[in-house]
Formats: sequence, structure tokens, C-alpha cells
Amino acid sequence: MILPDLSRATVAELSAGLTARQFSSLELAEAYLARIAAAQPTLNAFVTVDPDGARAAAKAADTARAEGKSGALLGIPLAQKDLFMTEGLRTTCSSKMLANFVAPYDAHIVTALKQAGSVLLGKTAMDEFAMGSSTETSFFGVVRNPWQPDAVPGGSSGGSAAAVAAGLTPAATGSDTGGSIRQPASFCGITGIKPTYGICSRYGMVAFASSLDQAGPMARSAEDCALLLTAMAGHDGRDATSLPRPKEDYSRELATPPSAKPLEGVRIGLPDVFFGDGVDAPVVAAIEAALVELCALGATTVPVALPNLGYSVPTYYVLAPAEASSNLSRFDGVRYGHRAAQYNDLSDMYQKTRAEGFGDEVKRRILVGTYVLSHGYYDAYYLKAQKVRRLIADDFQAAFAQCDVILGPTVPTVAPLLGAQSQDPIKMYLNDIFTIGANLAGLPAMSVPCGFAPNGLPVGMQLQGPYFSEARLLNIAHRFQQATDWHKRTPKGMNHE
Amino acid sequence: MALSQNEIQRIAYLARIKIDDAMLPRLQQQLDSIFEMIDALSKINTAGVTPMAHAQPLALPLRKDSVAEPDRRDHYQQAAPAVSDGLYLVPKVIE
Repeated sequence: MILPDLSRATVAELSAGLTARQFSSLELAEAYLARIAAAQPTLNAFVTVDPDGARAAAKAADTARAEGKSGALLGIPLAQKDLFMTEGLRTTCSSKMLANFVAPYDAHIVTALKQAGSVLLGKTAMDEFAMGSSTETSFFGVVRNPWQPDAVPGGSSGGSAAAVAAGLTPAATGSDTGGSIRQPASFCGITGIKPTYGICSRYGMVAFASSLDQAGPMARSAEDCALLLTAMAGHDGRDATSLPRPKEDYSRELATPPSAKPLEGVRIGLPDVFFGDGVDAPVVAAIEAALVELCALGATTVPVALPNLGYSVPTYYVLAPAEASSNLSRFDGVRYGHRAAQYNDLSDMYQKTRAEGFGDEVKRRILVGTYVLSHGYYDAYYLKAQKVRRLIADDFQAAFAQCDVILGPTVPTVAPLLGAQSQDPIKMYLNDIFTIGANLAGLPAMSVPCGFAPNGLPVGMQLQGPYFSEARLLNIAHRFQQATDWHKRTPKGMNHE
Repeated sequence: MALSQNEIQRIAYLARIKIDDAMLPRLQQQLDSIFEMIDALSKINTAGVTPMAHAQPLALPLRKDSVAEPDRRDHYQQAAPAVSDGLYLVPKVIE
């Protein structure tokens, strides 16, 4: 057995190794399980690890391969964010409410990735019910950033991002309602894509804000993200918003042979708002250096305007809590989840169950959502926010008349220290300013590692494209990654062998 | 806009979340700052703008009105806090 260095191995490399019989899927799974066990006390990236399930799935993949089956994900270990339902395995959303909830069925994307032959290692930690940008609201304790353990990994998919960055899994799933794939990908120096709304079925993904939620892959490279997205995407009649489109191969543009100017003809739109006063200098410096690289690869730049993007945060903090207050009403202590031990009557049971089961951030958002939907306030808040959402989406459409992709930082800062923002919700909300727009408009967007701040923390650049431009975004990122090595850097101390 | 503590308790009741009175001052301060941020929306001219409820202009899809799922009631009820004879148990609601 010759295992590659798992702190930096990609899905594509591991897949080639499995095909060449350099190691078995079982050997690979065992090696990742050992890495998870070694890192868990410091990083806390996983809520649940499933060694028995992983071994069984790995053996099945090895048997399938021996029988002549093949596939890019056959025998590849993966982790699922803990809001995707996994039959027979705890699905907690990092909440006390679901701390002991064993899902009775698989989410669509879980089924899809299992059918592709992947091996589920376990479930990764997140901000409770995906509400947060730091994974500090997890009921199961904070997750730490592998690059600097006193920094946050970002959120809400912070466990997935930390696990990939530390080489505890070659790839993981995430969900993105306001930036929850892209922001932790940026903070942890990995690659993640939120596809166009409706590309990945939401069936079995615990709902936060249904008109914004979208699943996507998080991995070490754009090439790996393409492999996962190809397996995850596709129409599913069980989600009424799943788009009836033909299956796509998101790797299709990546195989073109490298050339000196692979991005010839690509017009990169640069909105002022992404380079303003609120962006930290090391972030701006890394993005500007990435732009030089992209232009060297043949791309050109053009100024574009997103005049209403500044309103995306208040718009989001009306719409997302409104949808959350409705979605989370299902947690009533009757059909699943936590139920208070003592209560006087049914109403008291609901109120105590929800007071005990939800954390502070989730309660705050439910209260905001309940208020904006309540009698007399609906027009002033909810309807108003839906109108501004239209203005923001229209801005993107106008910008894409002039460019193929919009580029800027994923986040205005690198990862803050643990506790630095958790006491000030507004400050944390405002950091989502660059990512929320793609959710409101339903556009695909990804974060790609493009440098480091002087304190050693990674910087991510965001690429946003028109509807259904995933293959093109992934190709642009892939060409950038062929010319740079930011995505290949690994945090120190993650070689647990 | 400032929310009174009574209003917060009214919303909390609508949301069926019990809030201890001791928590109210801090919660009030946090909600005030959130609504202060949200109030920026009121300055935007949205006359004639069609509200956008969803990212894709989808019509509600219809499917054939036929049984598509097997009966997995017992399996699903394993996650329930209290069941009996296939029913979910709740505190008595009618005296």
C-alpha cells in the first residue's frame, strides 16, 4: 500500500490511486478515520464519525471495483454537513433540538453520492441550523480553524471547511443560504461552490430559508468540486424547486489541454463595492494579485455596477428569518427532536421545548422572522425586502450583459479570532455582504483560495456567474489553480501520521 | 424602531418560544440593533417593483395523484418523543 500525503490529496489523485490499485478504499477510509480521531480533540470538525458505516461502504466499493465497476467517486471518502439527512445516522444540525435525532431517510444528495460509490466518514459541525458565520453557535462546541486554532473556521459549513483544510476528508458537502459554503471555504483556504438555485435537490436537507438554501461541494480544488457537483446535481421530483434540466458533466471544460492563454475572451466584471473601504488591505492585495494572474491567463477586466448590493444584508435579514420562522415551526416536540421534560399543557410544552432546544442565535432569528411576518408589518418588511431582492437580482443581470464573471473578495476580512464577533450579531451579519447577493439572485458563486494575509490566514476570491454557468466558473477556477499553488498549501501540524 | 418588552413577549408567544424576563433587556437591545440595520430598506424607492419571492420563476409542478411512497409510519415514528398505537402523543387539549 502506498498512500499519498492525505493532508493534501485531492479526490482526483485518490481516484487515480484507487484505479491503479495503489491502495484499497478500505485502507483509505481507515487512514482518514485515524486522521479524524487525531484531530478531533483540537478541531472538533465532526459531530458524528461513522467508522463502521465507512468501513462497510469502503469494502462494498472495493468489491464493486474488483467486479469491474469504476467511477470518479467510487471508494472516495467524503463527509456530509450535519444538515443532510443520513438514514440510520444521527442528523443534528448542530442543535440540541436534534441532538439525538436519527434520520429515517437519506437526503437526495446523500443518496446520489452513495450511488456514486463514495464512502461516508461522518457528519460535520455547523452553526446551529446553519444560522451563523463562524460555527460558534454549534451545540457541540466551537470548531477551530486548522490554519490558526484560535481563529474561527467560518460558517455555517465550518466543520466541512475545517475537515477538508486539515485533510480529514478529501471533500465534503456544504449548504449555502447567505454564504455558508463560500465564506468558510475562504477562511479555511479551500474551494467551494454554491450552484444556481435549484441545481441540487433540497430533499432531505433540513430547511433554513427555502428560497435561498442550496447544497454544494467543498474540496481542495475546482476539479474536485466539479466531480462532486456532477454527482450531486440533477432533477428530483421530491423537491418542487428542483429544476427540470438535463444532467450536466461539470468537468467537461476542464479536460481541454492547457494553453498559454486559457482564459482568452473571459471578461471579468469588477464592481466598486467589492474594493471599497470596508475591505481589509491584505484581502485587497491578494485579490489584486489574483487579477494580475487571471489577466496573464488571457482574461480582461471591465468595471460593472451593483448599486443595490449594499442593501443585501438588510434584505437577507428580513427574508431569511421570515422563512426560518416558518420552517422551524416544525420543531414542536411532537414528531421528532427534543421535548421538554416538564410542562403544564400543550402550549407550555411547545414553548419550553423550543426555549430549551434552540440556541440564542436561532431564537433571535425566529423572533425577527415572526415579527416581520406579523399582522401590520408584512408590507413594511417582508414585501419591501422582496422588492429590494428584485432590484439586487436585476443589477446582476445588467452586470452580466457586460461581463462573463464577477470577481471580488469572498469576505472583506480573513478569519476573525474565536469570540471576536459572537457577542455582536450585527457585526457578523455585515461580513456576509459579498456573499448574500448570489443567494438573493439565485446565482452560482464560488470561493477559490488566492493568497494569505501576513498573519498566515487564507484569503479567498469569489467568482459569480450568470445562471447555470457552473461549468464555466469551475473552469476559470481550474485554470487559475493550474497556474497557482494557493490551493495546494496546507496548514502546519496536520500531518497526523 | 424600538420594540417594547411587551411586544417581544407577544412575538415570542406567537413563535412559541418561552423567554425569561431576565433575558429581555439584552434581547431587546439585540433586536433593536437588528431592526435599525433592517430599516435601511425603507429609504429605497421600490415603486413599481414586482416582489421577488423566489430565485427562479417556477410554476408549482403537478404530479400524478397516485400513491408514490410506501407506508413507513412505524419507521418514521421511531424518532418521536411519545407514540402509541401509531399516534403521536401530546398533552390533553380538551378537558
